Amino acid sequence: MTPVTFRERSVRELGTQKVVNIGKATRRKTADRISAAAAYPAMEQMRDRAREIRLHTLKHLSDYLAQFADSVERQGGQVYFAADADEANEYVSRLALDRGVQKIVKSKSMVTEEIDLNDHLESSGLEVVETDLGEFIIQIAGEKPTHIISPVMHKNRYEIGELFASELGIEYSDDPLVLNDAARRHLRSIFLAADMGISGVNFGVADTGTITTVTNEGNARLTTGAPRIHVAIMGMERLVPNAGDLTVMLEVLGRSGTGQALTVYTNLITGPRAFDEQDGPDELHVVILDNGRSEALASSSAEILACIRCGACLNVCPVFREAGGHAYGSTYPGPIGAVLTPALFGHDEWGDLPFASSLCGACKDACPIRIDIPSLLLEQRAESMNAGGGDFAWLKPGLAAYRRIATNPVLWRGFLAAGGVFGKATGDWVTRMPFHAGNWTSTRDLPAPAEQSFHSWWKEHRS
Amino acid sequence: MVVQLFVTCLVDGFAPQVGRATVRLLEQHGQTVEFPVDQTCCGQPALNAGIREDARAMAAHTVAVLDKTQGPIVVPSGSCAEMMIHRFPELLSSGPEAAAALRVANRVRELTQFLVDDLSIDVQATGAGTVTVHKSCHGLRGLGIETEIETLVDGVEGVERCDLEGADECCGFGGLFSIEMPEVSTAILNTKLDHVVASGAQTVVGGDISCLMHIGGGLHRRGSAIETRHVVELLVEDE
Repeated sequence: MTPVTFRERSVRELGTQKVVNIGKATRRKTADRISAAAAYPAMEQMRDRAREIRLHTLKHLSDYLAQFADSVERQGGQVYFAADADEANEYVSRLALDRGVQKIVKSKSMVTEEIDLNDHLESSGLEVVETDLGEFIIQIAGEKPTHIISPVMHKNRYEIGELFASELGIEYSDDPLVLNDAARRHLRSIFLAADMGISGVNFGVADTGTITTVTNEGNARLTTGAPRIHVAIMGMERLVPNAGDLTVMLEVLGRSGTGQALTVYTNLITGPRAFDEQDGPDELHVVILDNGRSEALASSSAEILACIRCGACLNVCPVFREAGGHAYGSTYPGPIGAVLTPALFGHDEWGDLPFASSLCGACKDACPIRIDIPSLLLEQRAESMNAGGGDFAWLKPGLAAYRRIATNPVLWRGFLAAGGVFGKATGDWVTRMPFHAGNWTSTRDLPAPAEQSFHSWWKEHRS
Repeated sequence: MVVQLFVTCLVDGFAPQVGRATVRLLEQHGQTVEFPVDQTCCGQPALNAGIREDARAMAAHTVAVLDKTQGPIVVPSGSCAEMMIHRFPELLSSGPEAAAALRVANRVRELTQFLVDDLSIDVQATGAGTVTVHKSCHGLRGLGIETEIETLVDGVEGVERCDLEGADECCGFGGLFSIEMPEVSTAILNTKLDHVVASGAQTVVGGDISCLMHIGGGLHRRGSAIETRHVVELLVEDE
C-alpha cells in the first residue's frame, strides 16, 4: 500500500543509506553556511534588510506583479498568469505544440516539480531533459528530488556511478569529475538540438522585468539562451521591487544555501533577443503561477511566502536530517515545506506535515529572512485541528480532559496524588504504557511519577 | 527579594527534587520563595497540539494565579518560561487577560538566567565526576540561554565538564511530538544519545526536565549507566 502519512513514509526512510547521505550533507552544508556568514560582517544586517524587502513585496504584491508583467511585456516578453497547475501546464504544452517543438531542455525549477510539468509535457508527446546535474540524475533514476536546492542529496557518488554506468552506458566511476564530465557530454548535444528551454526564476525584478536564475553549473544559461523559445515559470511571490533589492537577496541566498558568497552563475535576463543582439531566444514567455498562493497570502501563514528557497532550514532540521525529504511526500520538504505544503494545498491531504517537527527552532535561526517557522508550524497545526485533525484527532479529547484538570487546582492536586500512587506501584521506571502513551515506551523508558509531588511536599514542609 | 516559583507540571509530578533544590538554592541566596498553590500547567502541550482554545484556557488560568502575586516568577524550565514570556501575550492578546498576560510575561525569569544574569550567584557546591551539558532548544533559541548552565556547572568544585557534540541540537522530544511521530523522535534521540555516550560524561545536565526525561528514558532503555540531572540538582543538596 502506498504510504499516505508523513509517519508512514518516514518509517520507510529512517536508517537507510539515503538518510545517512542526507545526514552528512546537511551537516556539511550547515557548517559551510555558518562559516560563509561569519566571513561576511554585514550578514546580519543584510538578513534584516532582506526580510524587510520580502515582507514589503508581499504586502504590495499585486502592485509589483502588475509592474513586473508590464516590464516584461515592454521588453518584448509575454506574460501568462496561471491560476493553477493545470493552466500552467496547458499553456506550456500548447505553446510547445503550436511552435512545433520536439525537444525541451530544463534548468532546475521547484515550481515545475510542484505542477508536475515534465509528466504533462511527456504525455503530450514532448521530450523533456533536465540539465541541472542533480535534476538530471533524479530524472534518469526516475525519482523525486529530496531537497529543494540539492535534489540528489540522498545519493552518494558510488550510487550515482552505478546509475550512470547502467543508464548512460559509461564505464563505472565514482569520481565526481568523471561523472560530471559524462553528464556534460551527454547533455551538450541535447542543448543544441532543443527548441525550447524551460527555467525557474529565483527572483523577478519588478521595475525592469528582469528574470534572475542562480546556478553553479551554467546550465541555466544554455537552457535560457540556446533554444529559440524560453519559458520561465515563477511562483507569483518571487519578486523584488528593483535591482538594488535583488543584490541584497543574492548576498544572503548563496551564503545561506551553499555557503558561497555568490553562486558561480547569476543570470539576469531582460526580454528575449533584441534585434541588435546575436544570442538569445526569439520568444520569452513568463508564466506566473498562483496555485494556492493567493489563498496562502490571505491567511495567517502569509509570511511563509517570504521564503527565498535557500534550503538552510532543511539542512539544520533534525527531522529532515533523520527522515530525509521523501518522507514529506511533497515537492517542498523540511520545515518550510511542512508549512508551505498545507498552506498551498490544504489540510485534508497535508494536515499531518506541520506535526513533523519538534519545534526546536533551528530553522528560524538559519532562515536568512528570519521567517518565524515555528510560529507558522503552530498556525498550521491549529488549522489542521480545525479541519478535523486527521490522525491526530485523538489529541482533542485527551487535551480537553487535561484542560479540565489543569484549570481546576483541586483536580490538579488529585491528579498529582493519583500519579504518586501509580509511581509507587511501578518502581523507578515505566517500561510499558497503553494506548498512545505506548508510542513513548516502544523505544524509551519513562521515569515514574514521583510518590510525592512538589505540591504535596510544599504543603507538608513550607506552608 | 520575594520570588514566585512556577514549578512546571513535569517537575511537579515527575521531578519534585528539582523544585525542592530550586527553593533551597534561592533561599541560600537570600530570596524569599513563595509558591502559588493554585498553579498547574502553562498549557504548552495544547498549543503545540494546535488546540488553541485549550491552550488559552490553561494560559489564562496560569496568568490569573500569578498576576495576584509580586516579584519575579522563577521557572526551572526554558521551555515553559519561553511559553510564558513569548506565547502567553500572543495567545491572550484579544481576550480580557491581555494586560495581565503581559504583566506576567514581563516578570517571568528562567531559573539559570535568574541565577547567573540577575543574581550573579557565587556557586557554593561540591560534586564529583564528569558531566556534559545538553542545550535545550526553547531555552537556547527562544530565550538565549547560551552559557548560563555551563557557568553554573563550572562553579561546582570537583566536577569536570566534557564537551558534547551537537549540544545545541534537539533531542527529539518536542512534547507530544515524541508520541505523534515516535519513530522520527527516536531517531533524533539516538543521534543525541550517541553523542552523549561519546562525550564520556557520567551525567547529562540541562535546564529542562522534559528533554532530560527523554534523554534519560533513552539511556535507561539502552541499559546505560549515564544519568540525567537538572543543573539545579548539582548546585544544592536535596533535603
